[in-house]
Amino acid sequence: MNVEPSMRVEDKLYYNRYLVDVGHPHVKVRAHTTPSPQLLALLKVCPARCYELNDNGQVEITVDGCIECGTCRVIAEPTGDIQWSHPRGGYGVLFKFG
Amino acid sequence: MIEERFDAIVVGAGMAGNAAALTMAKRGMKVLQLERGEYPGSKNVQGAILYADMMEKLIPEFREEAPLERHLVEQRFWIMDDRSHVGMHYRSDDFNEERPNRYTIIRAQFDKWFSSKVREAGATVLCETTVTELARDDRERVVGVRTDRRDGEIHADVVVLAEGVNGLLGTRAGLRARPTPDNVALAVKEMHFLPRETIEARFNLKGDEGVVIEAAGTISRGMTGMGFIYANKECISLGIGCLVADFQRTGQTPYGMLDHFKQHPSVAPLIAGSEVKEYSAHLIPEGGYKAIPQLHGDGWVVVGDAAQLNNAIHREGSNLAMTSGRIAAEAIVQVKSRREPMTATNLSLYKKMLDDSFVIKDLKKYKDLPTLMHTHSQNFFLTYPQLISKAMQNFVRVDGTPKAEKEKATLKSFVRARSWTGLFGDACRFARAWR
Ligand SMILES: Cc1cc2nc3c(=O)[nH]c(=O)nc-3n(C[C@H](O)[C@H](O)[C@H](O)COP(=O)(O)OP(=O)(O)OC[C@H]3O[C@@H](n4cnc5c(N)ncnc54)[C@H](O)[C@@H]3O)c2cc1C
Ligand code: SF4
Repeated sequence: MNVEPSMRVEDKLYYNRYLVDVGHPHVKVRAHTTPSPQLLALLKVCPARCYELNDNGQVEITVDGCIECGTCRVIAEPTGDIQWSHPRGGYGVLFKFG
Repeated sequence: MIEERFDAIVVGAGMAGNAAALTMAKRGMKVLQLERGEYPGSKNVQGAILYADMMEKLIPEFREEAPLERHLVEQRFWIMDDRSHVGMHYRSDDFNEERPNRYTIIRAQFDKWFSSKVREAGATVLCETTVTELARDDRERVVGVRTDRRDGEIHADVVVLAEGVNGLLGTRAGLRARPTPDNVALAVKEMHFLPRETIEARFNLKGDEGVVIEAAGTISRGMTGMGFIYANKECISLGIGCLVADFQRTGQTPYGMLDHFKQHPSVAPLIAGSEVKEYSAHLIPEGGYKAIPQLHGDGWVVVGDAAQLNNAIHREGSNLAMTSGRIAAEAIVQVKSRREPMTATNLSLYKKMLDDSFVIKDLKKYKDLPTLMHTHSQNFFLTYPQLISKAMQNFVRVDGTPKAEKEKATLKSFVRARSWTGLFGDACRFARAWR
């Protein structure tokens, strides 16, 4: 069954509070020419849609909206496709309810 | 840099870390607890149900002080297909007891309160501090931690790893494996705010009574997963989760599934007109007994989700976290009181005590279920829900078809979908894994 999404993920992220650590991304994508299947999976599985394809067909990440779930780490750290850490203390998403 | 030496360092101020730090501090140990969030709870996501018994063992008077939402008087299980649900409700006035057994809570608020008790007990709690590494001596024994806040190491006799499901420190240090896509689920969740009276009317509640709904079926589109709806005082926690391996395999999006769940005709009326105030996501350990790693070593123990101590079948996690944290702390206190060193051999007391508790006994009971659910997810999460729903509709719709014919048709639909051997096999497999 196909359901029209009620709203875009990017808009959902506005509900949340973040303290962005400018210049210190906690997740990085390894430089590549053609993305691996693991990297491509992240385009769909990341609940904050942090991963996107750029014009050259490579996978890029913008961590500002990251909810720090660790899903991309579980999938793409073993292949070396990404480097994943926690943000520095105090930074990142700040749940009011959790 | 902190020059002092501590008896114990606890990494993380979630359910497991707070239980461990509280227990050790109460027994006079010098405890340092480190938490990466701005405040305890700011990184934590849960459904959430609090199990009173395990909390009571830590803070007997918690009911008077803790931020609790509603005590549960009703539990609903729904098996869903795209347009309907077949449900079982258990509601009992017995749950309106003086010391209720289960409550809904809001984790960020609860954790803040829990942490205040840890501080009162005398532990030093440092927030906004990410532990980056374990410090080890030349014999590979864990002797402390390094953080992103201060250069240099902070030393302690023992480090309690209560770092949650992602458990970066333990995996980086090679103490245990990184979680794999088939032993963790990704859950996405929203908080829907509504006036109190509206929630009480929609869920048939009075006062602080509460309800939880657990839902499975075609909402997870054949993947191993569950949805949940929990009534709080002035908001509803609503979410859905599936195994990461299934998301990876199917290319379904978590937010797409959440939308689908919210728009289901059985769910939509419950949240109609609500204001959403948060969208969150978190992993849940689902590997069960077989995924439990080494729990202790020279100078360290691991507790809670970091050790995969989570009972996904019963949706219990925080109580296993609290209990493992408390038991680890009690073991550490015993070793210390004998003035012995925190070696792997001495700390095996923790493992022994945990084996004797409900934590390991329960996980052992269901040791085969995670694999079964995963390898047969299409049947359990797509075929059966559809069949059951059709059978129910057949049963209740009155259209002049003789009952015997209806029953025959229902049975035939099950056999057609799964075959006799398939049905029998599923039933046996399920019974064996549940036993
Ligand atoms: C959607 C959802 C619903 C759930 N529903 C229920 C339920 O209804 N009932 C139930 O009992 N359980 C439930 N659970 C499971 C429960 O939330 C977990 O089992 C429990 O929170 C585990 O506690 P923990 O202390 O081990 O880990 P966490 O609560 O995750 O705490 C880990 C803490 O460590 C901190 N940390 C991690 N790494 C570092 C580091 N390097 N430096 C400093 N700090 C660090 C984190 O910020 C965090 O505060 C649910 C889980 C989810 C995701
Ligand atoms: S941690 Fe979760 S939210 Fe953050 S980038 Fe990875 S998958 Fe996306």
